[in-house]
Amino acid sequence: MIVFGYRLPGMSSLIVWGLLWELVGRLKLTFFVPPLSEVVATLYTVIGTAAFQKALAETAYAFLAGVGFAIIIGIPVGILMGKNRLLDELLLPWVNVFLSAPLTALVPVLMVLFGFGMKAIIITTTLFGIWIIILNSRAGVKQINRSLVEMAHSFGASPVDAFFKIYFWAALPEILGGVRIGIIRAVKGVIIGQLLISIVGFGALFELYSANFLMGHFWAVLIVLFALAFTISEFLAYLERRVSYYAAKR
Amino acid sequence: MVMSQTKAAFGQAEPADYESAVSARNISKNYGAVEALRDLSLEFPRGQLTSLLGPSGCGKTTLLKIIAGLLQPSAGEVEVNGHTVTGPGPDRAFVFQDFALLPWATVMRNVAFGLEMRGVAKSEREGIAAKYIAEVGLSGFEHSYPHELSGGMRQRVGLARALSVDAQVLLMDEPFSAVDEQTRRKFQEDLLALVQHENKTFIFVTHSIEEAVYVSDQIAILLPRPSRVSEIIRPSSFRSKGVDNIRRDPEYLDIVDQIWASLRSYVE
Ligand SMILES: Nc1ncnc2c1ncn2[C@@H]1O[C@H](COP(=O)(O)OP(=O)(O)OP(=O)(O)O)[C@@H](O)[C@H]1O
Ligand SMILES: [Mg+2]
Repeated sequence: MIVFGYRLPGMSSLIVWGLLWELVGRLKLTFFVPPLSEVVATLYTVIGTAAFQKALAETAYAFLAGVGFAIIIGIPVGILMGKNRLLDELLLPWVNVFLSAPLTALVPVLMVLFGFGMKAIIITTTLFGIWIIILNSRAGVKQINRSLVEMAHSFGASPVDAFFKIYFWAALPEILGGVRIGIIRAVKGVIIGQLLISIVGFGALFELYSANFLMGHFWAVLIVLFALAFTISEFLAYLERRVSYYAAKR
Repeated sequence: MVMSQTKAAFGQAEPADYESAVSARNISKNYGAVEALRDLSLEFPRGQLTSLLGPSGCGKTTLLKIIAGLLQPSAGEVEVNGHTVTGPGPDRAFVFQDFALLPWATVMRNVAFGLEMRGVAKSEREGIAAKYIAEVGLSGFEHSYPHELSGGMRQRVGLARALSVDAQVLLMDEPFSAVDEQTRRKFQEDLLALVQHENKTFIFVTHSIEEAVYVSDQIAILLPRPSRVSEIIRPSSFRSKGVDNIRRDPEYLDIVDQIWASLRSYVE
C-alpha cells in the first residue's frame, strides 16, 4: 500500500481497523465490543493463566495428531488413487461427498461413537483436513509426465521405487497445496470439535468466558487463534513456493 | 507391388557378415481398433546404428517401446542377444524425446538414476555418473537442476544417463528434435563418434531424412499404418570419408533424394 508517496509495510491497513475497533469500544456502543487496548491488555494476562496454557496445549495436541493422521493417510491414499483406476473409482465418490459435506453435522455422531473427549476431537480434525489432501495428491499424480514413469520403468524401477522416487516428488507441489488447505480446514475442525464437545481446550475456555460475560477474554483468545491460524497458513504457503519452482517445468 | 519392393530391398540389404543384436520378428501392435504395426520384421546389426524413418504416426515410437519392453506387442516377439524381451532390462537403455529428467534432482542424481534403480551404491554410481557427465561435456554442471540448463544440455544429461548404465542397446526416440539446429548438428557428429568408439547397438528414431542418412549405418523406412518395413537402405561409401565431407558426398545426396521420393506421397 502506498500513502502520500510512502510505501507502507504489508498489512499496515490493520492499524486503521484497529483504531476503528478502539473507537467503537470507547464509545461503549455495546458490551460485546470492549476497546482494543483493553483486549490487548487482557491478552497478556490471559496468556499467562494456567487455563489458557492448558487449552493451548490440548488444542495443539489434538491439532497435531489430527493433521498428522490426515497427512499420513491422505497422501498415500491420494497417490494410490491417482495410480490405480480401480481404487480411484471405488473411493473418488466418497472423497467428493465428504469434501463438500457439512462435517460439523457429523461431530455429534462422532461424540456418540468415540466419547466426549480428545479422541472425538482428533477424529474431527482429521476428517476436516484429509479429503482435500487426498484429492490434491491424486490430482498431482494424474498430471504427472508419463515419460517420467516410463523412464523409471525402463531403468528397472520397482513399484516401491517408482512410488517414492517418482510419484511422490512429481506430485509434491500439488500435495503441499492440498496439505496447506487441509491444515487450514483442520484448524476449523479442531476448534469446531472443541466448541461442540466443549469440555476440553478452547471449547471449555470459551464456555467459561461467555458464561461469565468476559468479552475481553473472549476476544483476546480469538485474536490468538486467528493469529495462529494465519501464521500456519503463511508458513505453509512459503514452503509451497519453495517447491513450486519445478511445478511448471515437469 | 509393395511386397516385391520390400523383398528386393531385403535381398540387397542382408549381407551375411552382420550379426544381429536385436531382432524384431513379425511384430503386430493394435491400440484397440487402431492397427499401428502389422507383421513387422527387422534385424538390427550389432555395433551399428539403425534409423527408423517414416511419416508421423506410422508407429516408430511404438516399435521402439516394444523393443524397450515398455509395451507388449499384440503378436510377434523381440529378441535381444538371443533372449526374448518380456519387459525392460539392463541390456537396453532409452533416451527420451522430451528428456524425461527429474526436475527435482540435480544433473548428478539424474545421470546416476539408472544406476540407482539397479541398486549400485551411491559413491560408486556417482563416480560412474561423473565420468559420463564429463564425457558429454557437462563438467561443472553436476549440481545444477534441469531447469537451469538449455534444451541441448538437458538432452546431454539424458544421453549420459543412458550411457552410464552401460547397456548394449541404446534406444533413442527423436532425441534431437527438441534442440536447435546448431546443437543438433553437433549432436549428430558426437553420435557418429559414439557409434564408432562404443561397441553398442543404436536404434534411432527420427523425422529428418538428412539426419537419418547422416548418422545411420542402416535406414529402415516404415510406411503408414498398419506399418511394416518397406525398404532398408545401407549407405556404403561416405561413412569413412570424415564428418565434414558427408553432406556433399554424391551418394549421401542421392540417398536423401531417393528416400524423399518414396516418402513424399505419404505426406499430406
Ligand atoms: N496409447 C495409444 N492409444 C491409442 N493409439 C495410440 C497410442 N499410442 C499410439 N497410438 C497410435 O498408434 C500410431 C503409431 O503411433 P506412434 O506414436 O508409434 O507413431 P510415431 O511413428 O512415433 O509418430 P511420430 O513420428 O509422430 O512420433 C498412431 O496412429 C497413434 O495414433
Ligand atoms: Mg514418435
